[in-house]
Amino acid sequence: MKRYERAIVVGASSGLGRAIALHLAQAGSTVVAVARRGDRLRELADSSPGRILPLVHDVTRTEEAARAFADACTMAGGLDLIVYSAGFMPTVGATEFNTEKDLRIFAVNVLGAIAWLNQAAERFQQAGHGAIVGIGSVAGDRGRRGQPAYNASKAALHAYLEALRNRLYARGVSVATFKPGPMRTEMTAHLSLRNAMDPEVAAAKILAKAHVSGEHYLSLSHRFVFAVLRNLPSSVFRRLPV
Amino acid sequence: MKLEGRLARLCGYGMTAAADAHLFQPTCEDDFRALLRLARLTSRKVLLRGAGRSYGDAAILPEAIAVGLERLNRVLSWDPTTGLLVAEAGVTIGDLWRYTLQDGWWPPVVSGTMFPTLGGAIAMNIHGKNAFRAGTIGEHLEWLDVMDSSGAVHRLTPDSAAFRAVVGGAGLTGIIVRAALRMKRVPSGDLRVYAQAVDSWDQQFEVFERFAGDADYLVSWVDCFARGKSAGRGLIHAAWYAEGSPATLRAEHQDLPDTILGLVPKSVVWRVLKLLNRRAAMRLLNATKYRLGTVIGNGKTEHQSLVAFSFLLDYVPNWRWAYLPGGFIQYQSFVPKETARWVFENQIALQQERRLESFLGVLKRHRPDPFLISHGVDGFSLALDFKVTPSNRERLWELAHEMNELVLEAGGRFYLAKDSTLRPEDLRRWLGPNLEEWRGWRRRFDPDGLLVSSLGLRTGLIEP
Repeated sequence: MKRYERAIVVGASSGLGRAIALHLAQAGSTVVAVARRGDRLRELADSSPGRILPLVHDVTRTEEAARAFADACTMAGGLDLIVYSAGFMPTVGATEFNTEKDLRIFAVNVLGAIAWLNQAAERFQQAGHGAIVGIGSVAGDRGRRGQPAYNASKAALHAYLEALRNRLYARGVSVATFKPGPMRTEMTAHLSLRNAMDPEVAAAKILAKAHVSGEHYLSLSHRFVFAVLRNLPSSVFRRLPV
Repeated sequence: MKLEGRLARLCGYGMTAAADAHLFQPTCEDDFRALLRLARLTSRKVLLRGAGRSYGDAAILPEAIAVGLERLNRVLSWDPTTGLLVAEAGVTIGDLWRYTLQDGWWPPVVSGTMFPTLGGAIAMNIHGKNAFRAGTIGEHLEWLDVMDSSGAVHRLTPDSAAFRAVVGGAGLTGIIVRAALRMKRVPSGDLRVYAQAVDSWDQQFEVFERFAGDADYLVSWVDCFARGKSAGRGLIHAAWYAEGSPATLRAEHQDLPDTILGLVPKSVVWRVLKLLNRRAAMRLLNATKYRLGTVIGNGKTEHQSLVAFSFLLDYVPNWRWAYLPGGFIQYQSFVPKETARWVFENQIALQQERRLESFLGVLKRHRPDPFLISHGVDGFSLALDFKVTPSNRERLWELAHEMNELVLEAGGRFYLAKDSTLRPEDLRRWLGPNLEEWRGWRRRFDPDGLLVSSLGLRTGLIEP
């Protein structure tokens, strides 16, 4: 794993974000852990005193992101890596169309990402270095019947990150999109997932490739299966039990 | 004027330390005042940076307002009858000699490269290959103007105690804005350079002492891979100002060649060096250099231009890139003549034991200087270059700390422009009571502690 001296992890209070923050701290990074739940953050910070610095912020308050980003950079003493890991995936019934829920999904998964990563992109563009990591999902590869807004939010995030990647390519800044599959986290606790990955394992895989621009799956089988799924015609895809 | 800054990646010259900071390049005193106000307003620290030629972390500080001196670069007055030059702090050593050499004057002290700024050179109190004769650059100043953190400018002269704190103060005791430097009269633009191969430490010190009496410049290369009876072998160059034609004073005569050995374009040399930049190849290269030195030019004198002799580091553009991706650290220690041999012998033995030999060793003679942060001793210095890789980094710092111990035991000193490894306990032992006196002056010039650098924090020069 490449060593990052100073990092920000947005969405660090649980799941994958928490595992990434801990992994970075163990590798010697100074990590500003950003999340809404202060009690969780304090507990996380206590596990790595001096290495993990808590910053309470609600990513849906996008108007506060610029200030929070500046504070995070000051706290870390600079910035080499930012990971946007905040995500929201509520239970959605098979016949439910709930605009409030769907807008919140977009607020956390997309608008929060844009508010934070625009700041990082601008900073890295000027400084001529840095790594941006966005946590997408295999769910963003196709529109499935179970989670329309979640699928769309991850697809939007993938496209936004690809655009950042193309913009920042010439400035020495890497932008990596990771597409984890099912993972054992609080967000997915209500689902009965088979073959789910542990967040710690996913965090190690993500940080090993965080400096490599591009889209990455976390397993070879995902890469293969989703290459096929992405290219299936809609008329076939809609018949599949996914 | 609207002063605009930009976020920039600032790197030590050795490329082992870097940080992002908001870089501003002021052009006048009022700009400095505006930046001091901006720092207070934004609760940021101010980092002073010359040309960024310090090897370690002297000119970096994360998230700071970095004040680059390079655009404050006018020569304000020059008197070719007395040799007194007044210049702004961002004038480089290269600018200085280009301005004065045609009148028969040369900077009294120059570093191995002509790119450092005058302000940076004074803040680090640089020395050159004539350190045993001319001392450090601070000893050749008529006066300097320094701005305190309130924006007031003070003219300091060598008889003032504050002068002894600001010169060598690493940019932490006020902003040096201009200075008056007494240049050195030279009879021509050339030097007579005598080369001699020496086969051991015994010969190194013996030949050095022989030439120290009358040479104007004296320097030796040391093969750090040589062991046993060959330990300390190297090539000594002694040089004297030469009589010569006035044409040698012209810049065209001084310009460095575009090719190495008339064949290889200078711009590609770092790539070749990068291929060779590993232990086995460097061992061979050092041995070959010594062997060649014993047959080519040994015991002979030749004429060399002042620039060619003085600025060896500028022969190969971007030579430091040969140390990418991990960079390198320079390690230079200064030891009294009575114990120098013991210290340097043991430093090199330690390196060999750890298989962390320096790829280059440079021995110089020095004399004491009167400054509070002083590296000058009546003795010798050995400068070493260590390649840094992820796998050797920790061991290298351990080695440096062990070498520090040898230096301190022998009453030796260090040089902040080249430092990357000193710890607060080392600094306290080196500077002794001078540290508190220097801190007192820092509090006078910068009571709010606005001027900070990573080096100041790491070494404990700045009180926690």
